[in-house]
Amino acid sequence: MMNLNQQRKFKTFVTGSFAWLIALLLFFPIFWMFITSFKTELQAISIPPSLFFEPTLDNFAIVQERSDYLKHAFNSVVTSFGSTFIALIIGVPAAYAMAFNPTRKTKDILLWMLSTKMLPAVGVLVPIYILSRDFGLLDSRTALVIIFTLMNLPIIIWMLFSYFKDLPKEILEAARMDGATPWDEIVKVVLPLSIGGISSTALLSIILCWNEAFWSLNLTASEAAPLTAMIASYSSPEGLFWAKLSAASTLACAPIVVFGWFCQKQLVQGLTFGAVK
Amino acid sequence: MKRSITRLLMAPSVILLLVWMIVPLSMTIYFSTIRFNLLYPGQNNFVGWMNFEFFMTDPGFLPAVSNTLILLLSVLMITVVLGVALSALIDKPFFGQGMVRVLLISPFFIMPTVNALIWKNMMMNPVYGVFAWISQSLGLEPIDWLSDFPLMSVIIMVSWQWLPFAILVFVTALQSQDTEQKEAAQMDGATGWHIFRYLTIPHLSRPIAVVVMIETIFLLAVFAEIFVSTGGGPGYDSTNLAYLIYNQALLQYDVGVASAGGLFAVLLANIVAFFLIRAVGKNLTV
Repeated sequence: MMNLNQQRKFKTFVTGSFAWLIALLLFFPIFWMFITSFKTELQAISIPPSLFFEPTLDNFAIVQERSDYLKHAFNSVVTSFGSTFIALIIGVPAAYAMAFNPTRKTKDILLWMLSTKMLPAVGVLVPIYILSRDFGLLDSRTALVIIFTLMNLPIIIWMLFSYFKDLPKEILEAARMDGATPWDEIVKVVLPLSIGGISSTALLSIILCWNEAFWSLNLTASEAAPLTAMIASYSSPEGLFWAKLSAASTLACAPIVVFGWFCQKQLVQGLTFGAVK
Repeated sequence: MKRSITRLLMAPSVILLLVWMIVPLSMTIYFSTIRFNLLYPGQNNFVGWMNFEFFMTDPGFLPAVSNTLILLLSVLMITVVLGVALSALIDKPFFGQGMVRVLLISPFFIMPTVNALIWKNMMMNPVYGVFAWISQSLGLEPIDWLSDFPLMSVIIMVSWQWLPFAILVFVTALQSQDTEQKEAAQMDGATGWHIFRYLTIPHLSRPIAVVVMIETIFLLAVFAEIFVSTGGGPGYDSTNLAYLIYNQALLQYDVGVASAGGLFAVLLANIVAFFLIRAVGKNLTV
């Protein structure tokens, strides 16, 4: 017979092992992509799959040479960080105004903002394509930054709104009593208090931009293409060369995956969208 | 704070979103009523409802609508059910809890194009893929996933991507669950299942509403996974509305019909949003 303590330990062991098993299964495709990128093409398609082999870096060199990885990585960084930064600058004041000075219309405005996200991108693909062409913005980072900014603005405002709303009102009133202007209030009181919320909002926005594929595929060609579009070019003929494909994929995902791992605590704490009291 | 300042602070967001919504949408409406084929420039006369007729009698239309809805509902079901189960599983501390969490949420950081390429080639390829190897080792016939079960393959890829998002939100929500309440229930002899059913699930109702709403926004517009993996085929078996419209506009150069299709997609999104917001809206306090 096990006593209660042993029983509890045994239970933790069982659930823990089960959790590990599922986590490893779900992570397997990423692990496999990573491993395959160090194989030769022959090893990549060998059956049974080879787990022990002499790793090679050739694939990475070939990817950089053939599709100029660094240029596309630069495009990804510029578009995702740039648009997130601009969206925050536009979104923070709006979220602040709605959270601290709510009117009867506030809820409607928030729902309307979210509803602009319900417009499927395909519904406006043609006009956006034509507008970008007429403004000379096809295949430019500017067009992507503008679109990503507008695309994520509703979600950013919503997340920020739910953080700001939970800030203690007394502190703000105290600041107001001391004669703080709205600008002082935002910069000196609200921002420092909600830095956690703002950073997790920024994180989510950066991840969504980095992985955005629809506009990147349709509006860019070679110059402004971010990594999502570069990878798509490996889909057909080069798709047969798995080791190179894996190397390109690893290079495209590694920055954001590592970034996400480092920030996951922040992300886990932040992603409630006001859904938790 | 004065009302004028509130308005001033909100103005940039509201104006930008208004322009972002109205300008392209009215252009789409205009294009949908004229003949507009890039192969025949200069023949842009008014055609009334013809583009809509064309789009809705396209052989791909009905499959695309049903595929869009099947994809949406299955991925929502899979991610919410598994998301709740998995986040409850990793809620209590165990060895390597942090590591397990990192592994579980990693697929969310993988871009859709890479996601599709990994699954299409290394996992689902009928000759060299990992799944084929597993089937062979078990003495079974390997399955050609992308040709035989194209829509299911896309559902697997998209669920794999969005399950981590659901886990992220639910894990956060579970951390705020009242432990005293749970302990009290345990004292009173409630089983683990009862606690899960009557305390955890109700606690998660608002996070579930949030996950459903955000995922719906993205799932109605799934494109890259199909573009890279099945190309909508075989036939129309894995074509959704987004892909069908893309096909009309950029492969057949028929902007008029594509615009009509775009408007239909907007309409469908609004119908889905209407029902969803009614269903989960009471749990959403903004």
